[in-house]
Amino acid sequence: MSGSFWGKGLLQGLAVTWRNLTHRSVTAHYPDVEPDLPPRSRGVIALQEENCTSCMLCARECPSWCITIDSHKEVIPAATEGGRDRSQNVLDQFDIDYSICMYCSICIEVCPFDALHWSPEFAYAEGDLKDLTHDMNRLRTWMDTVPPPQPLDPGAEQGKELDSYRASQAAEAAEAAQPAEEES
Amino acid sequence: MGELLDAVLRCLIVLGAFLTLPLLVGQMEHKAMAHMQSRVGPMAAGGFHGWAQLVADGIKFVQKESITPAAADRRVFELAPAVALVPYLVAMLAIPLGPFFGQTNLIGQDLDLGLFFVLAAMSVGVLGTLMGGLGSGNKYSYIGGMRVAAQLMSYELPMVLAAASVAMAAGTLSLVGIAQEWEPWWLLTQLPGLVVFFVAGLAELQRPPFDAPLADAELVMGPLTEYGGMRFAMFLLAEYAGIVVLAALTTVLFLGGWAGPWSDHLGWVWSLLKIVAVSFLVIWARVAYPRLREDQVNALAWKVLVPVALAQVTLTTVLVVA
Repeated sequence: MSGSFWGKGLLQGLAVTWRNLTHRSVTAHYPDVEPDLPPRSRGVIALQEENCTSCMLCARECPSWCITIDSHKEVIPAATEGGRDRSQNVLDQFDIDYSICMYCSICIEVCPFDALHWSPEFAYAEGDLKDLTHDMNRLRTWMDTVPPPQPLDPGAEQGKELDSYRASQAAEAAEAAQPAEEES
Repeated sequence: MGELLDAVLRCLIVLGAFLTLPLLVGQMEHKAMAHMQSRVGPMAAGGFHGWAQLVADGIKFVQKESITPAAADRRVFELAPAVALVPYLVAMLAIPLGPFFGQTNLIGQDLDLGLFFVLAAMSVGVLGTLMGGLGSGNKYSYIGGMRVAAQLMSYELPMVLAAASVAMAAGTLSLVGIAQEWEPWWLLTQLPGLVVFFVAGLAELQRPPFDAPLADAELVMGPLTEYGGMRFAMFLLAEYAGIVVLAALTTVLFLGGWAGPWSDHLGWVWSLLKIVAVSFLVIWARVAYPRLREDQVNALAWKVLVPVALAQVTLTTVLVVA
């Protein structure tokens, strides 16, 4: 098969097209068949409202300024006599305007309290541009479609807290075993 | 009365074939080209694998406004689609399909000069695009028209020479006669002629890879730039009718027409099968090969096809005389 001869390119052209013709096409039949999306697909951003502290980090980091947050402070009376009253931010408004969102994922990564999550749902086109602004109720409903987190890679760091807890457990077990060895 | 009925019936059958076969080829192009490019092509129209896509296209074309540009040469512009389309209908009249269940040959009209007649009609068809190019009053169309003219000049010669070679071997210009004289070993001795005829036919129809006159990326469809609606549809139909005529001619001249098992009864099926196969080759060539540059188009005609066709004629002469 090595070497070139006159007409090789012509034959190759026919061969490639013939191979495509006799193999299944790669077309995804979307409206008829739902696409098989990877688990971390960026479809729509879901809001876990209870986790949000209205810290505004997401709104400030958003490169396209598509997040609108409004909140007010509520005072939680002191639990014990003479204690200090605590204040808490309560979310009034959390809108994401998907007509300008660029799906960069910065808001989700910057959120310190895991209030924002990616959901693979992508079919939320609207007839009117204004309807692409999802309020916090709608963002909340997307939480139902957020898949469980992916398992970590084998040998990966399990998370700082878990790793330090495991390390202390192992140290305690070693300490407990050490005296027993000395006695015997 | 019987003769009149016979003639009317034949005309109607030819008209029916003229209106259905090009659509079949068009649908085959839609689907085969799509799958060759790893797509699926039309799927929605008609429900089952987009079988009604061309019907839907036709309805769309009918709805469109018929526009004649102010700068156009009105008469020529409006006449061009008809000039492109009708000759292929005329050519189909003279192409035989072979015996039909023991009946006589299935053909519109058996002419003694059938080959000459069909080739002449095919050349007239190209004039339609030329008229469109020169009559549109558009620079792209004009350049396209010039290219059509150059291509017509270049490829008519090898095509006629290749056809003449077969006519010489058969000793007749009648298409029925040629197909009857055909012997299987012609496949070998007439092979260069077959290739030349097929390639020149492709160029004559301005099918890719010889669509430099249309060249949608650089000339915006060349002669067809200003056409829309039904006129454009007629040009499209002419292109597919041209494919059918070319495939039928190739079949009759080089592939033995209706030759095959039980050809007394099923000859016409053999002819249709061969026509479909050749049409598939036309589509395959379109998908597999990129467009030739304008100078390459002419170089291929004058430096390759004409010498090969002349050699073929010489070879045939020697074989016939010997």
